[in-house]
Amino acid sequence: MNTQLLRPATAVPLLIFAALAAVPFVAGALEQPFWISLFARIVIYAIAASALNLALGYGGLVSFGHALFLGLGSYAVALPAFHGIDSGWMHLAACLAVCGVGALLVGVISLRTSGMAFIMITLAFAQMGYFLLVSLKQYGGDDGLAVAATSRFGPLDLGSPLALYGTAWVVLVLVTWWMARLRLAPFGMALRAARQNARRVNAIGLQARRLQLVAFVISGTLCGVAGLLLANLNAYASPSSLAWTISGELIVMVVLGGMGTVFGPLIGALVFMGLEEVFKGLTEHWMIIFGPLIVLMALVGRRGIVGLLESASAAKRTKLEVDKDANTDPNANDVPARSVGEA
Amino acid sequence: MSATLLLAQLLNGLQYGVLLFLLAAGLTLVFGIMSFVNLAHGSLYMLGAYAAAIGYGASGSFVLAIVAGMAAALVVGLVLEVSIVSRLYRRDHLDHVLATFGLVMFFNELVRLVWGPQPLFVEVPQVLAGTVDLFGFTYPSYRFAIIVAGLLVAVASHLLIQKTRVGMLIRAGAQNPQLVGALGVNIGLLNAMLFGVGAMLAGLAGAMAGPVLSVQSGMGEPVLITTLVVIVIGGIGSVNGALYAALIVGVVDTLGRVYLPMLIRLVAERSIADAAGPALASMSIYLLMAVVLALRPQGLFPARRG
Amino acid sequence: MISRDFRSTVVAVAVAAALSTTLGAAQAATIGFVAPLSGPQALVGQDQLDGFMLAVEQLGGQLGGQPAKVLKEDDQLKPEVGQQAVRKLIDKDKVDAIVGLSFSNVLMASLPRLAESGVVALATNAGPSPLAGAQCKANIFSLAWQNDGAAESMGKFAQDRGIKRVYLMAPNYQAGKDMLAGFKRFYKGQVVDEVYTQVNQPDYSAELAQLQAAKPDAVFVFYPGGMGINFVKQMSQAGMSGKLPLYSVFTVDGTTLPSLREAAVGTISGAMYDAALDTPDNRKFVAAFEAKYKRTPSLYAATGFDAANLLDVALRKAGGDAKKLPAAVKAAGSEFKSVRGPFRFGKNNMPVQDYYAFETTRDGGKLTTRLIGTPLAAHADPYAAQCTLP
Repeated sequence: MNTQLLRPATAVPLLIFAALAAVPFVAGALEQPFWISLFARIVIYAIAASALNLALGYGGLVSFGHALFLGLGSYAVALPAFHGIDSGWMHLAACLAVCGVGALLVGVISLRTSGMAFIMITLAFAQMGYFLLVSLKQYGGDDGLAVAATSRFGPLDLGSPLALYGTAWVVLVLVTWWMARLRLAPFGMALRAARQNARRVNAIGLQARRLQLVAFVISGTLCGVAGLLLANLNAYASPSSLAWTISGELIVMVVLGGMGTVFGPLIGALVFMGLEEVFKGLTEHWMIIFGPLIVLMALVGRRGIVGLLESASAAKRTKLEVDKDANTDPNANDVPARSVGEA
Repeated sequence: MSATLLLAQLLNGLQYGVLLFLLAAGLTLVFGIMSFVNLAHGSLYMLGAYAAAIGYGASGSFVLAIVAGMAAALVVGLVLEVSIVSRLYRRDHLDHVLATFGLVMFFNELVRLVWGPQPLFVEVPQVLAGTVDLFGFTYPSYRFAIIVAGLLVAVASHLLIQKTRVGMLIRAGAQNPQLVGALGVNIGLLNAMLFGVGAMLAGLAGAMAGPVLSVQSGMGEPVLITTLVVIVIGGIGSVNGALYAALIVGVVDTLGRVYLPMLIRLVAERSIADAAGPALASMSIYLLMAVVLALRPQGLFPARRG
Repeated sequence: MISRDFRSTVVAVAVAAALSTTLGAAQAATIGFVAPLSGPQALVGQDQLDGFMLAVEQLGGQLGGQPAKVLKEDDQLKPEVGQQAVRKLIDKDKVDAIVGLSFSNVLMASLPRLAESGVVALATNAGPSPLAGAQCKANIFSLAWQNDGAAESMGKFAQDRGIKRVYLMAPNYQAGKDMLAGFKRFYKGQVVDEVYTQVNQPDYSAELAQLQAAKPDAVFVFYPGGMGINFVKQMSQAGMSGKLPLYSVFTVDGTTLPSLREAAVGTISGAMYDAALDTPDNRKFVAAFEAKYKRTPSLYAATGFDAANLLDVALRKAGGDAKKLPAAVKAAGSEFKSVRGPFRFGKNNMPVQDYYAFETTRDGGKLTTRLIGTPLAAHADPYAAQCTLP
């Protein structure tokens, strides 16, 4: 176990967590409060990517509409705040309820399909959510809705960037830890098995569809929590957070980091948004570099950055050790398999 | 709600449907036979529109512009197929989504870099610039031309697929690609050709849409999403399905936009109708797709698989 | 007895102190410019930036007597990105003022941070009604218009022309609804129908058929950007151009005219500026803009140009004191020379200005706009009463 902690694939993410924890102190020392909100955004998107990873990485469900939950979570803060409710617990309850029910609805209908149809219908649901929110004039419509009162959990007010950052960091740690445990728990194992071969899973008496639905609901709800944090960070909720490009970016983050791994989403979010900042600084036309990079990533393979780290350390160890660790390794990629439902 | 208005709206729906069909035909074949999710299809449509706009501006001949649009899309499509797409056939849909997502970003930015963010101007050709009088209604001749072109393509593709040897290979490839390859047919070449034809159709759609719509960066995405809805409703891999579904979607969308707000106004008060009407109208085709998928997931007119 | 050395040291120190304060005042005036510089509306952002930079160049690269440093940020027309950019400019770059602020949705998203920081913000493309009313802030100004203004002027124009039946169309989002509400505020005739179409909808054939069937005397629309190009072109293709008067705001303007060409002939638009305005200040501006950028300035370029000139006057007034800048800007509103004609800030920091009606015509083979009226002069928006600023 000790040697596992020291391997690059585990050590690097843990170092990243530590570095992220240090950000507020460093920013304070350098008098650059801007860094806190910048990294808060990264942490929040890492949470959203981790949520998507549950459905996409573990479950093999290519959801192109996860931005819907990000948006619903944001509005779960903005709408009650509009009516004067600033209790964080109410916001959280609204978020969990709305996103849970929403994910259930989307999941039940979408899981009747598979492959491209699944991708399309999740996209369609996100589009529907977008058009619905845009048409609500009394809640700002396309202009979005300012959060009149940020979430307060007792003495903790998420309106303060520092409080928000701390909360987001804690949530990310918790979610990552949960995903690590879930991966090896019976539910997680069955889910990952269903991704590789749903027929076999059904044959041994488990119901693949039900497992996937549960995973999808949890995934959507967690993504909604990220949306709640985002609304507090921006003090704003906007239909533009439901754009299909956001869903696409979340998928890129998950795959870039390492699909189906525990730390992949965190690394993916960090690298993706970091690169975006760097390129934006270089040129207005940064998408011309970014686009082909994504294409390259798709061509090269889906092991992601975590996969690369894994290879780096595996090269040093004997084959025997690699095989022994494969099943309990939080960083092992599952064998690439076809999407949901394909025989 | 007069009969002539209804007729005009039906024609509008038909015309929109035909434009969708041009896009959907190529996309559904690529998806049905190669099982490749091509989000960049909208970019091919955009490139066709740009090439046609440039061609028309340079030569003054609309026919040449259409040819330019189709040629440009064909060339780009083939290049993409050979370099990127063919490497991804055996991979998961996720890889297709990622790769083509990156391509969409790239092409949108490329177009903006080369031609600027300003939309391009394309004139309707003089010979089609008039209107046709229909039962006291003026209907643009150009849109009739689109309907005619689309129906011609539909007939031509039907003949190609049902009555020619190549068409037979395509149908066989849709049912069992490995077997066709094993029989000695160059499946790689067939795939490349198919992708190219799909790209060409997208280019044609873009070229025809240019005079009517705004030619600008990102013009492909809204149409792409509707096209994907069409394919899912029609049944993946089926060109017939694409045609019927495209016409259905075109008509539902058009009539929905016009009549839903009116209908809602009958039952609810004005302010609710004003808010709900357009929202529901925008969502109508997605609702239709959700219903179809819930009841008949393989689509309304699926291609028969072996 | 104080030695000569000591005295000269004291003098030296005093001079050094005096010099350092004056040198300190000669630091750069740092301005943050936030606009959509990529994406479909990039031309709007680019026009504003070009207008702004032209003015800075004409002022010798200075604003308020100090060397000007302009930091560009692209908000991609996304509220979240715009907010990040504003945060960066305020917290990291510590700018003296922020100009631009894109469209209403981006502006509203950045509002809390802008208000909290007290940094002067000059919006050059929006004036949303909440900002004009209850949420007005002492440090946030609109140098462009209050969103309803142009539509109100078209309503008045239609009313003055005696048009009896009007058909209204706009996209189904906040600005669309505001525009039509503004029109109806001043138009007292019959509204045949009020149609909201999908945002970014490309094809209007269905709505145009409906429009034809309704047989109104005129149609008023608000379709910014690509939507406007599509709508006007398709309306012209349906053969309706000569027969049904088209009144619009933000639909036919400097940025869309090059794409519309013939299709726009005969349309009437309401705006607070057009390159056709025949005043000495404007003629100079248009000539300089065309010489430098090889295109005709739109109203967005004009607001950008005005913003720089306004800041020049205001910064001079404030004399380097950041706390005095908001009041200086407000006062400068009445003092600087705007290319659009008379201008001042209302009590809610929204423009009080003239709104004109322009007609697009064909003048000897060339497409031009001409001024055909000033329906609303020195017009203040209706939300000022809700604002509690002094």
